[in-house]
Amino acid sequence: MLAASKYAPVVLLFVIALAIPVLMIGIATIVGPRRLGVKKKVPFECGTEPIGDTRKRFSVRFFLVALLFIVFDVEAVFIFPWAVLFRQLGLFGFIEMAVFLFILILGLVYVWKKGALEWE
Amino acid sequence: MTEFITEEMTLNMGPQHPSTHGVLRFQLTSDGEVIHSVKPDVGYLHRSIEKIAEKVTYHGFMPYTDRVDYVAAMNSNFAWALTVEKLGGYQVPERAEYLRVIAAELNRISSHLIMLGVMAMDIGAVTPFPYFLRERETINDLLEELCGARLTYNYIRIGGVSSDLPDGFRDRALRFLDHFEPIIDEFNRLITYNEIFVNRLANIVIIPREQAIAWALVGPNLRASGVKWDLRKDEPYSIYPQVEFDIPVGKGEVGTVGDCFDRFIVRVDEMRESSKIIRQCLDKMPEGEIQSKLPRQLKPPKGEVYVRSESARGEMGYYLVSNGGLNPERVKIRTGSFSAMAIMEEVSKGIMIADMVALISSLDVIAPEIDR
Amino acid sequence: MERLADYIVYNLPFLQQIPRVIVDLIIMLFFATCMLLFWVALFAGITSWVERRVAGRIQSRIGPNRVGPQGFLQWIADGLKCFLKEDFVPAAADKKLFLLAPYIVFAGMFAVFVVVPFGDGLIISNLNIGIFYVLAISSLVVVGILMSGWSSNNKWSLLGGMRSAAQIVSYEIPVSLAILPVILLTGSLGMQDIIRAQGPYPWQWFAFHNPFTFIAFFIFFIGALAEGNRTPFDIPEAESELVAGYNTEYSGMRFVFFFFAEWANLYIIAALTVTLFLGGWNTPAHLYTNLFGLLHRSVDVAGTFVFILKSLFLVFVIIWIRWTLPRLRVDQMMDVCWKYFVPFSFANIVGTIIWMVLADAAPVLGYVRYILFVVGLMVPLAIAMKITRNFRLAKSEIHLNPFI
Repeated sequence: MLAASKYAPVVLLFVIALAIPVLMIGIATIVGPRRLGVKKKVPFECGTEPIGDTRKRFSVRFFLVALLFIVFDVEAVFIFPWAVLFRQLGLFGFIEMAVFLFILILGLVYVWKKGALEWE
Repeated sequence: MTEFITEEMTLNMGPQHPSTHGVLRFQLTSDGEVIHSVKPDVGYLHRSIEKIAEKVTYHGFMPYTDRVDYVAAMNSNFAWALTVEKLGGYQVPERAEYLRVIAAELNRISSHLIMLGVMAMDIGAVTPFPYFLRERETINDLLEELCGARLTYNYIRIGGVSSDLPDGFRDRALRFLDHFEPIIDEFNRLITYNEIFVNRLANIVIIPREQAIAWALVGPNLRASGVKWDLRKDEPYSIYPQVEFDIPVGKGEVGTVGDCFDRFIVRVDEMRESSKIIRQCLDKMPEGEIQSKLPRQLKPPKGEVYVRSESARGEMGYYLVSNGGLNPERVKIRTGSFSAMAIMEEVSKGIMIADMVALISSLDVIAPEIDR
Repeated sequence: MERLADYIVYNLPFLQQIPRVIVDLIIMLFFATCMLLFWVALFAGITSWVERRVAGRIQSRIGPNRVGPQGFLQWIADGLKCFLKEDFVPAAADKKLFLLAPYIVFAGMFAVFVVVPFGDGLIISNLNIGIFYVLAISSLVVVGILMSGWSSNNKWSLLGGMRSAAQIVSYEIPVSLAILPVILLTGSLGMQDIIRAQGPYPWQWFAFHNPFTFIAFFIFFIGALAEGNRTPFDIPEAESELVAGYNTEYSGMRFVFFFFAEWANLYIIAALTVTLFLGGWNTPAHLYTNLFGLLHRSVDVAGTFVFILKSLFLVFVIIWIRWTLPRLRVDQMMDVCWKYFVPFSFANIVGTIIWMVLADAAPVLGYVRYILFVVGLMVPLAIAMKITRNFRLAKSEIHLNPFI
């Protein structure tokens, strides 16, 4: 119950954070003008007709970044609880995390050597 | 990591794009951030100035030359005046020559100021831009005193200039130069040697000496590649032989000779030299006429002539064919920006979109000068 | 407050079935959030004005000065203008995602404020996972930005969205790793615990605790700048490259919410840095409570004041950086993150552990914080000296007064 009441504000805040834009954008839609045109609806590409489709298979570079992120961020999530309890866990925890960090850093060295961090 | 294949995306950069300096279009094909090919598409600002020249008189074409390169209109005026004078063999009083050089060099500084400010802005530093333009305002004021206009001057006339120095101009010009020369150092402290700025420009799009010559780059772009070629020195005209100045060339200060940083720093140094020239001209200027006696309706003899002069964007050439009548038979204008556009496709393979922006601004292309 | 709750419960019968305590709690929270929203909105609006005025002064011009005294009401005028703009969806856009994106960006940013500690007790909810919650919830912004970039069906938006996502997720790692030394030292994730573990005086702050937290402080601050898409990491919005980035196709109120989030984010960056590294709301309370005895309640007010003052100073620093530095290129941005920040953050964690063990054995290491404080003091001093040198060399007239 206590835990739930602590998270109640989060839910409330979300509701408010959604309600406010809905309200304001709603008002703006009513107040604002609505003049439609064919040319107006063309996506902005510096004033010329767009050539080709936008939704192609996009540069793999960004995908790699996302993969790296998932690997390292998930690992970081594991480190957090350990960090909180570091004092209680003592030497055992320390060695455990040292091994974990070592593997993680090894992973970083690997992607670095493999060239995944280079842009070209 | 070439084993991954992604589809190329075709992007239109321009005509309405913040970093194309006017209406200029590049068709890029890119794989995400990396550009595979660039196709410049010019002609959005074509105003058929060359054709207009065939319909107006020789004097009457002068205001049109302002529009060829409105950022350095004085240099454009100058080039046209030189062309017609050479064809007709008209004399120019010495005082007028000095006035022309003073005006042209002031305009060269103001043109470079715009280029440097805009380049800094394209790299992402917005603050230097107002500082550069603040100095340019003073030059605009000076030129306004001189000829009544701030952008399209129409000051240089065939056979002279339109008006003499106003009272106190010399003092005001000197005061500006005294103020301006230290300001160049301030610019260097403000932006030129900023760590990020240097990293963004050093070793980016290197145009080696041979390539620059082969693709007919001119002016500061050519000099940045290490070629010491300046028409003011190498094919002297007007009173340039009588003044002393250096020609700054790209030294590869932080990277390789001919990179974007060199194209930036060459213009910074050129402003110092221009300032030197103006000082000397103000000192040496003789008294006398400012306009030689020429008929109202100019009829240069039949013939053709090509005269080139050093504009702010490099060599500006006017090719003039006369049939002995009131109007030119044909005028062809050769501009630095146009030849700079040609090299674009060659040098921009494999660079990133952000480098592309740096390249466009470092070549200092002005859309009206490309299209005329 | 009590009577209002009575009134609401009376008029909404279904509330009567719920215990009154919870209803009261919810109503109180509701008002707390509204107050917070008011503060955030006010902050975002006023900062937009402040930023433009500061930019004006930095750039040797005046800045907005027409609407209201010193142009102070400019942000209201801008907001009203955007109300009257057309809410517009491009033809080929993915309509649902396009319309939804601003909500997600806004909600993701706004939800962080739940755990921003404005003072001792002045926190909406003192979650025991505090800082972890921030990391988790602020990732929503990435989703929103990617949605906006992809759904616009505009190549510049797409590039902007992709750049933004790549940047934010990359910097998420050094930022979260830079927080870890603080967690190690505190032994808690709660925001208030982190602040209580520090003290009112600068040398008691975590930024100066040991050499590793000192480095972590800089990594965190710079990484947070990158996560907030601020210069020199404003690559996703690079107007000279991408026109306007992921919000190119947005207009009117939807556009406003992107910017609202951006400016509010400015405060979040500052507040988190202050919380984690710069002592939060700690004031030398014992001094004046002992002196006067009576002023006990004023401690809270002073703490809040100190907290907000510190954050506003950092906000100013961020604005200052924005109008000073050029922009990095996307590969340089990645290099900075993966090749410098990530290895250094790892080293920081290991270093902090070793430091903690050593400090247990040799308490003399506790004095290092004074040295670090002096070193830290050198940074602003060096900057100040550089500025005075530039002033001297420039020999031009200097106007420091922000008002005309």
